[in-house]
Amino acid sequence: MAEFVPHPELPPPASSVGVVGWLRRNLFSGWLNSLLTVAALYLVVTALPPLLNWAFFSADFVGENRDACDSGGACWVFVNARFSTFMYGFYPAAQAWRVDLIFGTLLLLMSPLFFKGFRYKLQLGGFILFVYPWIAFGLMHGGLLGLPVVETAKWGGLSLTLLLAAVGCIAALPLGVLLALGRRSTNMPVVQTMCVVFIEFWRGVPLITVLFMSSVMLPLFLPEGVSFDKLLRALIGITLFQSAYMAEVVRGGLQAIPKGQYEAADALGLGYWRKMGLIVLPQALKIVIPGIVNTFIALFKDTTLVIIVGLLEILGMVQNALNDPNWLGFSTEGYVFTAFVFWIFCFSMSRYSQWLERKLHTGHKR
Amino acid sequence: MKLKRISLLAVAVAGVVAAGSATAGATFDAVKKKGFVQCGVSTGLPGFSVSDDKGNWKGIDVDACRAVAAALFGDASKVKYTPLNAKERFTALQSGEIDMLPRNTTWTYTRDTSLGLNFAGVNYYDGQGFLISKKLGVKSAKELSGAAICIQAGTTTELNLADYFRANKMEYTAITYDSSDETIKGFEAGRCDVLTSDQSQLYALRIKLQKPDDAVVLPEVISKEPLGPVVRQGDDEWFNLVRWSLFAQINAEELGVTSANVDEKSKSTDPNVQRLLGGEGVKGEFLGVGDKWAYNIIKQVGNYGEMFERNVGQGSPLKIERGLNALWNKGGIQYAPPIR
Repeated sequence: MAEFVPHPELPPPASSVGVVGWLRRNLFSGWLNSLLTVAALYLVVTALPPLLNWAFFSADFVGENRDACDSGGACWVFVNARFSTFMYGFYPAAQAWRVDLIFGTLLLLMSPLFFKGFRYKLQLGGFILFVYPWIAFGLMHGGLLGLPVVETAKWGGLSLTLLLAAVGCIAALPLGVLLALGRRSTNMPVVQTMCVVFIEFWRGVPLITVLFMSSVMLPLFLPEGVSFDKLLRALIGITLFQSAYMAEVVRGGLQAIPKGQYEAADALGLGYWRKMGLIVLPQALKIVIPGIVNTFIALFKDTTLVIIVGLLEILGMVQNALNDPNWLGFSTEGYVFTAFVFWIFCFSMSRYSQWLERKLHTGHKR
Repeated sequence: MKLKRISLLAVAVAGVVAAGSATAGATFDAVKKKGFVQCGVSTGLPGFSVSDDKGNWKGIDVDACRAVAAALFGDASKVKYTPLNAKERFTALQSGEIDMLPRNTTWTYTRDTSLGLNFAGVNYYDGQGFLISKKLGVKSAKELSGAAICIQAGTTTELNLADYFRANKMEYTAITYDSSDETIKGFEAGRCDVLTSDQSQLYALRIKLQKPDDAVVLPEVISKEPLGPVVRQGDDEWFNLVRWSLFAQINAEELGVTSANVDEKSKSTDPNVQRLLGGEGVKGEFLGVGDKWAYNIIKQVGNYGEMFERNVGQGSPLKIERGLNALWNKGGIQYAPPIR
């Protein structure tokens, strides 16, 4: 009797493997998806070529003035000619290296933080957060070591945007943590009430109002001749405003930590600050990384509001350039460029936060 | 009624502030002591105050401050600029954050009388005008009955337009936009026949068109917008300096003194020129400055005509006609009292 030889397995139907299979699974898995695919494809085909054509193929890149822009596409000559003002604002060109140095050094200092083997992360982080800002300020403002003074009124462009965002983030996080802890300290009613009032007040007013008040009302209450640096006013406003938001984000994290953790810390005999610093906050902050980064990204974009107090950050400088009689009519290029710059920074922040989350994802894997 | 009380209160607050600054006064001495003029300008307005590719402020308003610096310090570059928003401009001046405010600010009764401020002169006579496509063949605003008009929402231009059309018993359809960029895009797309705004703006908007030559600015001006530098009340010395810095420029144009020929003209025997350039008779000490004050203004900033042409006129992309801003003896209304 012949042994039963099973028929060799049939290859999967041609329609479910390879390119066709992938297409069927991912793009045409039902009538609705097919319809959406076709619609999306139509949009891409109609919108992309003119867009690429405008931005690259028929765009002008080199030249001196608007006469160089005659090929009908985008006029990147405008962005090119104005690039240094977009970056440095009114910072004297001869001193622009100081700004480059500040941000270059910052990048260099931060890079070891990304390596696993680096041992002095805490010290370096502390240096960047608490010491470096003062060095950077000294370098930016000058007046020491024979550097000419560049008053804050001349700061502008992207460097001002980064400065506002960096100070906002660095100052708001510790303040926010303290406020969150204060709001949760039920055994200290005075502190708690103060924190609640602070948070609710600053969350209740729009940032634009805060900036406007600091710029328009505050000077009227100060004695004649006493003028308070405009940039400092904006920085204080932004920091207080952001710390209220940060406090609520951190509070969310604190509430997510199981009660057992607090009790375990108490059982070990840890005091309040050590309990918070060693047990609760490390876990809570890890949970709220997305929220913190969300607030930072929002802050980064909110820095454009300082234009209403006459501080010209990158968007302000672009808008100023759009009013130059020599460059009238290139608003699309200006705004596209600004959007691109903002996208680069916000996207990097979001990628960084994802990386940080993965790296710190040590427990509670679900 | 309540609203009225609130606005009275606001005026009272402004008044108190003004009184505060009046007693402190002596802006002139303070400026002289610190060695530069703190100048409040617009955050960006074509031809009036805008930064160039190198980040230097340029424009007719900027030049007002440079002229004062030239008169006071003999150096037009001794100016620091504070870019200001329309809303914060008066506070900045009242609070002493800036020394003078040439920021395309219209001289009106209310502003002059209730804010504790003084207008030192008019460096540009502006007014609301009409931009119209050439192919419509309209020559005068009187022919605009039934037109669709693009306009920026929430500005006094909207009110002026309504007044003008009602006074002339004409009809129109307003198409409002939020920003001037949108307004000109709407005009270009043919949403309206006419675009209305201040004339100085119309020329700037016209450049943004694909084919600027296809549009013209009609000659009619339907509102009065005299723009000029503003100073705080209470320091007449400073007020005089700002006012006469402008007058010196206008007088110089009338006398044919330019930045190019000022050295040559210093040797002129014309007594008017001599008085202007500090050669004889009138001394700078009346203003508290050196005798060469007007010479320095003209040498470094130029006369009024030069300043106009360079920033907004034929020497700039805006190509605004002199119009009202021509000298009184050339068909305009720019007129300065004599220096004697």
